[in-house]
Amino acid sequence: MKIRLADIAHARSGDKADWVDFGLFAWNATGYAVLAREVSAARVQAHFEPWLPGEVQLWPLPNILAIKLVLKDALQGGGARNLRLDNLGKAMAAALLRMEIDVGEDELARCRAEPRVGWWPHDPLAAQ
Amino acid sequence: MTKTVRIGSGLGFYGDAWEPVAASIERGGVQYIASDHLAELTLAILQKDRQRDPALGYARDLLPMVLRLWPSMRERGVRFICNAGGLNPGGAAQALRVALATKGWKARIAVVTGDDVLPAMTSGADAPAFAHLFSGAPLASVRDRLVFANAYLGARPIVDALAQGADIVITGRVADAALFLAPLVHEFGWHLEDAATPAELNRLAQGLAVGHLLECSGQGSGGNFGSLGTWMAVPDLAHLGYPIAEVSDDGTAVITKAPGTGGRVNFDTLRQQLLYEVHDPHAYLTPDAVLDMSTLRLTDLGDDRVRVEGATGRRRPERLKIVAGFHDGYKAEVTWGFSWPDAWSKAQAAVGIVKTMLAERRVPHDELFVEYPGLSSAHGALAPLPAALDDLNEVWVRLALRTREKSAADGFGRLFPWMGLSGPAYTCGFHGLHNTAELLGIWPTLIDRGQVEPHTQIQIIET
Repeated sequence: MKIRLADIAHARSGDKADWVDFGLFAWNATGYAVLAREVSAARVQAHFEPWLPGEVQLWPLPNILAIKLVLKDALQGGGARNLRLDNLGKAMAAALLRMEIDVGEDELARCRAEPRVGWWPHDPLAAQ
Repeated sequence: MTKTVRIGSGLGFYGDAWEPVAASIERGGVQYIASDHLAELTLAILQKDRQRDPALGYARDLLPMVLRLWPSMRERGVRFICNAGGLNPGGAAQALRVALATKGWKARIAVVTGDDVLPAMTSGADAPAFAHLFSGAPLASVRDRLVFANAYLGARPIVDALAQGADIVITGRVADAALFLAPLVHEFGWHLEDAATPAELNRLAQGLAVGHLLECSGQGSGGNFGSLGTWMAVPDLAHLGYPIAEVSDDGTAVITKAPGTGGRVNFDTLRQQLLYEVHDPHAYLTPDAVLDMSTLRLTDLGDDRVRVEGATGRRRPERLKIVAGFHDGYKAEVTWGFSWPDAWSKAQAAVGIVKTMLAERRVPHDELFVEYPGLSSAHGALAPLPAALDDLNEVWVRLALRTREKSAADGFGRLFPWMGLSGPAYTCGFHGLHNTAELLGIWPTLIDRGQVEPHTQIQIIET
């Protein structure tokens, strides 16, 4: 089935000159296995293609259940010349979380049932 | 008992809040505050200040911030390290000295200079070096338009300033993490330039990881935490505390925040910050060492405490990074609202009229950028538009013109007012008559240490 990255991951984006960089984070080990399988540089480039043509670089970081992504040439020459309201690409992480990926139903159930790594006094996902 | 050093996060950018810093000083037991006033974009802002007044060019929030914090820092012996000097560290220190003296407060201020490399980039008949770090483009294409160029200095001059007894250290451009690494090197006597063994390099890497986790203030403690719904689990953003690092002499650290503050320090908030504005996480380059994040472990201890350990380091790069800015034309922007009925169609018609006028009058421009705030601007074509566009209550349209001609930018807003009476009906909220902004392109490049580090200077000023 198709889900959005937002359903199983969180993310933040920032700017480096003309590049936008992303940290993409799974909530648990099962979620990370899905990200590692589904999120490739080519898939991310295709996702952003209607808007931004630059090359994508990707590094898996299993030690923190994360994927690091960099989108080149994504800021019209950088924050100090970008004409967009979002000139620093802060909202681009949310645009990444729109990306659709394939997961099995069992796999998604495990993503949701498996406790999230880290300490939350009130886990809003678990409460759902 | 093993010695630890507690460092609190100061500002994360020029314009950030300092009340959370007060909480770290008063309730967080910190010995140092390290404050990063310079985002990559900030020197471009300071350059515009300096053009208006050569005495400026530093982050002006330094003065009100230190005036607010100094009494409690003084009382507790907290030392303050910042890069608020921007393009003019000497000017910043003089302004601060006057402000402190007016209050009758004593302080020993150290000024670090030597990061300005504009002369090195612009002197000489031919400069084959300084190619664009990303694209490889030659400097020649922008050399005569450069307005500032600063190398990222490392921790050494800050360490030396602390050794000379500075209460306040003001630098220009230094690597963000160096602001935090320096007090650790000073306190623990770590090897810096001569770090060679894995243990020595790894503890520098830990210091850099700590610095990176703290350098963006509230982003390290649950601010700007991005995810679907779960951002609401970060409590009390109104009173968010900035992160505090408690670092041991082997470099292992616990990240926490002051008691009674809002925000959240946990595995998720910290790893979001760990990867923020990083390129290759296996090789996070700084002037002092290369940090490999792939071995790092974040262990959530609960109660807003996370242990950071296992970072690995490699020897520092041969060359320093420069961030330079070059003049790259002008921007003018207009924002305009259209109400129901047919709001979307009217906005489209108005954009068409403006494009016709720009063409017929041959207004020189490189780009006319159009977006619709509130409908779709943040995600461009990735955001779906609603089916019934003309049923919308109102539509905002924002037009931004990029041009090399200042007169074209100055005149852009003049194309619009007549349409209030003679264009599509029911317009509202026009903004943008006089708002020309200078655009600066960023030119990242590299420079040999030998062209920079011998010129680094520390000056001590006392009030």
